[in-house]
Amino acid sequence: MELRFLVQLAIIGFTFFMLINASALLVLAERKIMGFMQQRYGPYLVGPHGVLQPLADILKLLMKEELRPKGADKWLFTLAPILSVTAAFAAFAAVPWGAETTFFGLLDEPVSLGVADINVGVLVVFAITSMGVYGIVLAGWSSNSKYSLMGGLRASAQMISYELSYATALAAVILLAGSLSLREVVDGQAGTWLGFIPQWYVFLQPVGFLIYMIAGVAETNRAPFDFPEAEQELVAGYNTEYSSVRFALFPQAEYINMTTMSAVATDLYLGGWHGVPFLTELGLGWLVFLAKVGAILFAYIWVRWTLPRYRYDQLMQFGWKWLFPAAVINLVVTAAMVLYFNA
Amino acid sequence: MPETLIFWGLSGMAILASALVIGQRNPMYSVLMLIASFGALAGLYIQLDAPFVAVAQIIIYAGAIMVLFLFVVMLLNAPQEDAAEWDRTHPLRRTGITRFGGLLALLLVVELAWALLQVNNVDVPVGAQGDPEALGSVRELGRILFTDYVFAFEATSILILVAMVGAVLLARREGDG
Repeated sequence: MELRFLVQLAIIGFTFFMLINASALLVLAERKIMGFMQQRYGPYLVGPHGVLQPLADILKLLMKEELRPKGADKWLFTLAPILSVTAAFAAFAAVPWGAETTFFGLLDEPVSLGVADINVGVLVVFAITSMGVYGIVLAGWSSNSKYSLMGGLRASAQMISYELSYATALAAVILLAGSLSLREVVDGQAGTWLGFIPQWYVFLQPVGFLIYMIAGVAETNRAPFDFPEAEQELVAGYNTEYSSVRFALFPQAEYINMTTMSAVATDLYLGGWHGVPFLTELGLGWLVFLAKVGAILFAYIWVRWTLPRYRYDQLMQFGWKWLFPAAVINLVVTAAMVLYFNA
Repeated sequence: MPETLIFWGLSGMAILASALVIGQRNPMYSVLMLIASFGALAGLYIQLDAPFVAVAQIIIYAGAIMVLFLFVVMLLNAPQEDAAEWDRTHPLRRTGITRFGGLLALLLVVELAWALLQVNNVDVPVGAQGDPEALGSVRELGRILFTDYVFAFEATSILILVAMVGAVLLARREGDG
């Protein structure tokens, strides 16, 4: 009992540690990949090939002076970045990242890899990530600056528009899996068709996966949907007036949200920790999970440095007139199929 | 014991936050307090073995509707409420529409009191009797919603649709096609 408790604490600590590191690693990955795509080296001076660059970035941000505009709302200006980063961390709590394991016989009963198994896990992740937008909106409002306010307004409008498509895409997977628990969704994807095609929902839900990814990019405010910051129009959008640590929390929240989005996509569509049988048998399925999350994150960065930003009216048109109807049709077709094959 | 403590903590938070919603002069803070109140309510639902209702509460109210509220407050950029006109008039001398609001509030209080007195007579939904697990489960909730309570469910849907169409119609400017 004691040992089990300690192991569970260690798993929670490990998840937290990985998330913090994910944001640092993603800063480096983003700059390196951007450099590669623009035919240059990217950061190169700090450490071998510039791998220690995030450390330098963090130190620089910590040393900066914290500024607060005179007309800003004191409380909300401080609360906003904290809210952002809290929601980002909390959302990952419901995401399982590995099969149940006894740690090679260390424990009598298997323990699950992940912070908490919740029987409505999919919805919990969705609920908490949707709370993250308050950080951005409040930052925009409390700064008492036109550009920030515009950024905050855009964030809330974008969130409402794309959340619908996102949730509808999720619902189709839930129909297939017949469960709201992320762990059960993942375990529904074990095994193969014809002996070699893994039974991942992405093959049953290609349209749903695409909608999920597009809406996911919009939800995390990444290019080509990075309207809340839109540097050519809004200086830096909602975080224009922020500096030092308060500023640093916003990109950190964004990177953690990206990680959560990718981890949920892996659980829902890409079979989670399934797919490489011999690693799963060894109890190292979480390495497979990590690789898949990494691949999606790479695609995230790839998209950012490939596509230009939409226009704001195009964002709304696309969200309401194309993405949402597509998601609804996908849901209806999936429901009909599930009904037909189960009957 | 810890359950009782959590219950009182959450209820206290919900009541305090709700009181602050009306107490705040700044509409932005009112909205935030309402969100906090919804969060506390969601916690209470979890204590009642209804995780789905709790999460739905967060997604729909705290996540979607309040973002819209915030959006409107920001768009209007409403300044602090002007206290001069409101607080100096005697409650009985205010305009008719305010009195009507008061009447409605009174009606709501009576209604709530009546509803609370009926609590012990309420029937537990069919199929979930004596089984809190089934009562809270999404499957059972969906089944009941689309069988026993399907009329109420559909009527609510139509009501919301009508309200939405009405809002769009009212907001449309003349000659907008």
